[in-house]
Amino acid sequence: MKSHTISVLVENRAGVLSRVAGMFSRRGFNIESLAVGTCEEPDMSRITIVVNGDGSVVEQVMKQTNKLIDVIKVSDLTERESVERELALIKVAAEPGTTRAEVLQIADIFRAQVVDVGAKTLVLQVAGDTDKIDALEKLLRQYGIKELVRTGKIAILRGAKTVKSSK
Amino acid sequence: MKTGAKTLIEALRREGVDTIFGYPGGSVLPIYDELYDSSIRHILVRHEQAAAHAADGYARASGRVGVCLATSGPGACNLVTGIATAYMDSVSIVALTGQVPTGMLGNDAFQESDITGITMPVTKHNYLVKDVADLDRTVQEAFYIARTGRPGPVLIDLPKDVTTSHVKSGEAAPGPVSLRGYQPTYQGHVRQIDKALDLIARAERPLVYAGGGVVHSGASAELLEFAEATAIPVTTTLMGLGAVPGDHPLCLGMLGMHGTQSANYAVTECDLLIAVGVRFDDRVTGKIETFAPNAAIIHIDIDPAEIGKNRAVDVPIVGDVKAVLQALLRRMQKHGDTANWVARINTWKAQHPLRYRDDGRLRPQYIIRELSDLLKGEGIIASEVGQNQMWTALHYCFRKPRTWLTSGGLGTMGYGFPAAIGAHFARPDLPVVDVAGDGSFQMNIQELGTVAQYHIPVKVVILNNMYLGMVRQWQELFYDRRYSYTELPPVDFVKIANAYGIEGIRVEEKDGVREALSAALAADGPFVLDFRIEREENVFPMVPAGAAINEMIGVHQE
Repeated sequence: MKSHTISVLVENRAGVLSRVAGMFSRRGFNIESLAVGTCEEPDMSRITIVVNGDGSVVEQVMKQTNKLIDVIKVSDLTERESVERELALIKVAAEPGTTRAEVLQIADIFRAQVVDVGAKTLVLQVAGDTDKIDALEKLLRQYGIKELVRTGKIAILRGAKTVKSSK
Repeated sequence: MKTGAKTLIEALRREGVDTIFGYPGGSVLPIYDELYDSSIRHILVRHEQAAAHAADGYARASGRVGVCLATSGPGACNLVTGIATAYMDSVSIVALTGQVPTGMLGNDAFQESDITGITMPVTKHNYLVKDVADLDRTVQEAFYIARTGRPGPVLIDLPKDVTTSHVKSGEAAPGPVSLRGYQPTYQGHVRQIDKALDLIARAERPLVYAGGGVVHSGASAELLEFAEATAIPVTTTLMGLGAVPGDHPLCLGMLGMHGTQSANYAVTECDLLIAVGVRFDDRVTGKIETFAPNAAIIHIDIDPAEIGKNRAVDVPIVGDVKAVLQALLRRMQKHGDTANWVARINTWKAQHPLRYRDDGRLRPQYIIRELSDLLKGEGIIASEVGQNQMWTALHYCFRKPRTWLTSGGLGTMGYGFPAAIGAHFARPDLPVVDVAGDGSFQMNIQELGTVAQYHIPVKVVILNNMYLGMVRQWQELFYDRRYSYTELPPVDFVKIANAYGIEGIRVEEKDGVREALSAALAADGPFVLDFRIEREENVFPMVPAGAAINEMIGVHQE
């Protein structure tokens, strides 16, 4: 069992995300993370799905996804050279004084940006691979995380290769 | 300027639709008003579920797309079982549903249901048309998707204001359909085909396992040619019955949970299994680890997701069964010698024919054999689900494709009678018989009204044991004869038929079977035969759930 990052190129239409996500859930494929947004062509969207399973499970996931009429292309990026990122916004307790200084120091090390400052809290924005965000989260827990939101992973192939409509 | 409803009817005509099975309601009034003047025949069923099954029966019997129509909300929801049935058996139907006006969508309006949401898991694709300008193109795409690739049901949801609003006239019909996300592969990969031929040439105990895909792709002739050219025996699934003639010397009949002994032994001993248009269903394979345990597997299917889904495959060939079989025949240079293997299979066939107790009492197997004898393969048989279905599958000799309509995947009780109605409109030249159980028949018994109204000459053969027979059989074998809620009180089906103005006969003796069947077949209208069969007759052979398919029970019944 390992995590696979699947990139799904779909028609940019109402209901497509529901078709894809619904197919996963009713076939018992567990989604770890899902991110969706428009892409370079305005009439298409790209969904990045992280799913856990062995080789045959992932093969079945991809084939079943590919069967959906609105799905244009499905690629497993796991074994290929790709860049993966996730964005998180973390609201952390940071009383003025030493605590705040420590939080800011940690943020600096992780290259997280402060995007909001409150009387007793800071909101940090951090982008990176899943491990990095997990590590930052773990460190900040001791100060008290008030709220945390993550986008889910997005991924893109390195170099000139692309995941384009070819079928 | 023409309305959306008129555009819809014209688009349906363009797709060659001649018959629609439906039930009117508020949201589809504009469509019904337009239908009133059109050349499309509309059959008013008594329940929308029957409309979907009738469209399905029409599609299976004809190879064309069946069409059903229902209103929004409850009408649309009542189609769902029929749509799911078609989805599981890969049948091309287009379901049209009315919807509340676009402005009221999502407001929980009267008779609103999110039918595209509800049917997403049981349709190949579905549409909610929000703009009348998209209607023409949507109908065209829906039919294209339903009938190409792996066939399946497509639903089009039509808000009332879309069917009443106007489109600009004079617009040309949409051009050819091209969907970048949907491009089925029809031709098998040549390298894979050659790999398959290599295995075929070297196999000593090869076996063809043929399914519904052979029927859907119209590949019966190619399959028979292949089997005869290579002398490879063929076993078919429930859905594949009729794909090759049931009385052909190379045919082993059905395999699986209620398969013949020869078929199940052959699967267990074969060294090469050529799976053609099948999906390794659990009712076929039994315990998957012991299914064809010593065989290399070639799997031909148009749906890549079926290949390797339940069983690892040595040679996957994605493509249309007909095209792939043609390519195999074209490229074949030599094949193995199967004489010893065929002899061994023939020994099994001789030693283990299908048997039933013939003691002068009224046994269902006898009725099916008499029916088979009378029709000689020239007719269409629909079945309900349960013991009636399995007795028919085992004891009726299907000789041609598209003459056997049954709910294989979903196992839908109540399927057969409305499917038979649909089949009649697809093939008015053939006799159509629904073999039913008393339980199943009562699931869509209201369609007696439809056959009466249109004088549809469908014959219903009820194998009446006053039980939900298959469930009772399981209770007998696996639940210590505790017949929990499977006994049904006697029903006078002849009187019910008569109440609708339909003829019927009750038969309680073996001697009356032939005469009753002949009378029903000779009648020019619908006919109901109520056979009071032995109450605790079972379907054998049987593979208990979870066992290997050569571990059959009930095989030595005399």
